[in-house]
This record gives sequence, C-alpha cells and structure tokens, in this order.
Amino acid sequence: MGYCPNTPDDIREMLAVIGAASVEELFSPIPAELRAKSFDLPAGMSEFELMRIMRQKAATGGADVTPFIGAGIYDHVIPAAVDHLSGRAEFYTAYTPYQPECSQGTLQALFEYQTAICRLTGMEASNASLYDGGSAVAEAALMSLRITGRNRVVLDASVNPLHREIVRGYLHGLSAEAVEVAPAGCACDLERLMGSIDAECAAVIVQNPNFFGSVTDFSALAEKAHQSGALLIVSCYPIALGLVATPGEMGADIAVGEGQSLGNAPSFGGPYFGFIATRKSYIRNLPGRIVGETVDKQGRRGYVLTLQAREQHIKRHKATSNICSNQSLCALRGLIFCAAIGKKGFSDLARLNYDKAEYAKAVVSRIKGVSVLNCGPTFNEFTVSLGKDAAPVVERLLALGVAAGVPLGGYYPGMEKALVVTVTEKRSKEEIDRLASLLEEALCS
Amino acid sequence: MAKFFTKEHEWVEIEGALATVGISEHAAHELGDITFVELPQVGKSVKQFDTLAGIESVKAASDIYAPLSGKVAQVNSKLEDAPETVNESAEGEGWICKMEGFDAAELGALMDAAAYAEYLKGM
Repeated sequence: MGYCPNTPDDIREMLAVIGAASVEELFSPIPAELRAKSFDLPAGMSEFELMRIMRQKAATGGADVTPFIGAGIYDHVIPAAVDHLSGRAEFYTAYTPYQPECSQGTLQALFEYQTAICRLTGMEASNASLYDGGSAVAEAALMSLRITGRNRVVLDASVNPLHREIVRGYLHGLSAEAVEVAPAGCACDLERLMGSIDAECAAVIVQNPNFFGSVTDFSALAEKAHQSGALLIVSCYPIALGLVATPGEMGADIAVGEGQSLGNAPSFGGPYFGFIATRKSYIRNLPGRIVGETVDKQGRRGYVLTLQAREQHIKRHKATSNICSNQSLCALRGLIFCAAIGKKGFSDLARLNYDKAEYAKAVVSRIKGVSVLNCGPTFNEFTVSLGKDAAPVVERLLALGVAAGVPLGGYYPGMEKALVVTVTEKRSKEEIDRLASLLEEALCS
Repeated sequence: MAKFFTKEHEWVEIEGALATVGISEHAAHELGDITFVELPQVGKSVKQFDTLAGIESVKAASDIYAPLSGKVAQVNSKLEDAPETVNESAEGEGWICKMEGFDAAELGALMDAAAYAEYLKGM
C-alpha cells in the first residue's frame, strides 16, 4: 500500500472517471457557507527544520514541571522493558494481526493481558481492551442495559466528570437515561445511591477511588443492587488495586478503568487503553475482541479470537458493540508493565504511592487556611480546600515549575477553592516539601 | 395438538395453556453444530414474529422469532449447558421455551407440517 497523496495525474484520472471537470466542481453540492474558508496551515518544511522545532518543544514541554496532577491520568514509573519490547517491529508495525495462522505472538500477548486484567480486578473474564477509560465505563453501562433489559443507570457524581459525559453521550439516542447522585462532600453518598436503585435500574456506576481520591467499600451497595436485579459497575484505578479491595472482592459485576497508569506515558491525552472485565456468566455480553486459548490438531497450545458471534462482522447491527478493534499496543504495554513489576512489586508500588501521598497530606494540611476535605481513607490522591480560589494559585505555582493539582471549580460548581493533589511514587520528599512551601508562600503572602 | 411452523423455521405446539416453541429439524441441520442458545427471560412479552431468542452455531448466529404473541412462561435451561440437544432433537428435547397468554387464532398465519414440508421443497 502506497502512502503518497494523490498526484495531479491521479486526480485528473479520477475526475475523468466520475465525469467531474474539477475538484471544485466535485464539491460544489456542499453549500459555500459550510465549506472551510481556509485551513490556515503553515507552508511545509524540511525534515531538518521539523526536527529542530520538535526538539525545542520537547525541551520545554513540561519536562521542567513537577506534576502533582492526576484526576484520571497518572505519572508512574515505566520500566525500560516496556518501551523496548513494545517497540519490537512484530508488535509495533502490524495492524489488526488476528489471523491465528500467523499471529500467535500477538494473540498470546492479548490472552495474557486478559489474564492480568482478571487477576488485577478479581473478575473472571476480560476482553482484549477498549479505547480508553471513559468509553469503558460507557460500554459497561450499555452492557448492563443488555443484561437486565432495563433502561436506567444510576451514576455516582464522584465518577470522573469526563467519563460521565461519555456515558451520557452513549445513552443519548437510546431510550435510556443516567440518573446522577451527588456525593456527600468528597465521599460517595452510599445511602442515596442505595435509595436510587429501583426495578427500572440496570446498574449503579461508581468509581474507586472516586474523583476526589476517596476510597469506598462498595460491598453493601453490590448486595443492595443484586437484591433489585441490578448490576454494580466499578471503575477502578489499576495501581490502587495493589492495596485496596478489588471490584471482584466487593461483589461488582463489571470492572472497568483507564489503563494508562499501566506502562503508558501521560502524553497529551492519549493514546491510552480502557479495560473491561466481568463475571463468566456475562461473557457473551462483553463488547470487543476476546482471545481464547485452545489446542490445534496435534494437541499443541494455541490462541484464537473467540466468541465472535458478539461482533459486528457476524451480528451486524445486533452486535454487542460497535467496537471491533482494540488498543492492542497500549494494552501490550500494560501487560509488559505488570510482568516487569510482578505481583509483590505491584503491592510495593501501591504502598509507596499511599505512603508518599499520606506524607504530602500531612505537610500540606499544616499550612494555615488549608484543610483536607476527604473524611475517609484515600490512596495517592486527596482533595484540599485552599481557603481561596484554587485556579490562580495553581497558575502561580506553575510559573515556578510545580503543577500543584487539578482545581475542581470547572467540574463541580461551588468547589472553586478545592484542589485535587496527586502524589505518585515518582515524587520525592524534596519535591513534596517544595510543593508545601510554595503553596504556603502563595496562600500566606 | 399438532406442530405449526413459521417461514423462519420455528415450530410451536399448543398444549392447554402453554405453547412450546423450538426451531425445526431443518433449521438445526442447516445451522450445523449449535454452540449457544440465548434463552429469553421468563416474563418477556413478545408480538408474533418479533425476536424471541438467539442461537449460535459454528457457522452462524441467528435470531429465533416468536411464532405467536404472548409471554415467556418457561425456558429450557438444559440448553445452557447442552446446546447440542437442539441438534439431537430440535422438535423434541431441544425445545427453546414455553409461552402463555397467546391467541390460538394466530396459528392461521403459520403452516402445518404438510405445508411446511412443501415450503421446504420449494427452497
């Protein structure tokens, strides 16, 4: 396949075939006011010029900023093996290589990815990944509608606001609705969530830790949902699963989440991957690709795509999802990350995140006017009130090389003074102390 | 009572207040080895010829349509673990579900065994 754009000769030839005199004439049915006036693109440049610009941008693009921002996307260590192995041409350049005759390596990697996701979440069956965390939450919502035959989901408002918007987008146009339940301060309002479950409710969707960083035990909520024939969907942060109870342990029916923190760099919004896992009994309602293990004619172990009757190329408009691909390369990085870190390493990593965040919580809350808003336990992220508008304070610290956190005003009106601060294993004691002293200067001057 | 058939190869047989529904021997043979039967939920209401259930084989995935309007009263849960029963006995042990609250007059829109046999010859 050639990657060259159409030459003037190609264009003349194609226009001749369809009988249009010019490209202008070809597009003439589109009203002038709907057509782009100009794409405002600069002139092309040479490879050398381009490399110079990209190097300059790379040198100033955040490398000198210490990040305490998270809120869904996290700055974690990425072992060198992740870049090295995922960069191998067999993985890096192949597109949708699913034919079992020639793709055993890719299929085995995806099968092992599914195993890793099941072990992390405590669930029984995982697909081969989805686009991102937000679409994973939305696909789980659709799954619950299919399984229960009901048309309403209860959505905890302390689920990532961006993910909630995607859920609303997916449900728009179906005869289904999402009812939001406001949190009580920074904690999920379990009583109101339970009270919202009725005979029309397909699922309750919660997040652990929630957007404010609070960790919750959803076991009682799972029980209550099941009593009413509804499902519990838990969106989780995979690194936290090294320390907090898994969705499976809490009785969740579907576990989803953003996979970025597993071996993928927080790079300008993507590409990342989403994960989704469920109970074995719901496997036929999973969206997307699933790889299964089997044996060939000679009894040797092999891997193939399985349960494909769920998918578009067989079921057409009745498929479980319009997802027909996955984020293989990003998911592969997730798998290599898990394998490189190992089971004990994973718990150690989670513990390190927790300990450093607890230290940061202690030093930050000592600043006059600052108070921690989470009542219960948190993982590596917590919410503080700065006593004044958080956004300008964050701007001021950014100029000094510290990204202090994510101000909540834009997402939760009335919470303009609140800031979500994230502390991963990569933040040193010195960096945390510097955050505290700069915050103190900014607030007390 | 005797079996009646649809053009989509379902059969229905009324016994008292219940109507047993399945797919024809012909359909089971055409599908090949059946790997999964998506049973309807008990209590589900359907109109005649609406989608009632689903069936998957090694070569196809198909819908099963309701031969009569009514409500699902029972499902053949044996098919959950042994979908191959449909291949072995499509018009007997391999029934899909039993319906209630139907109107026997709707049988008028279906074929009896002789008419169905003629219909198959014409395919």
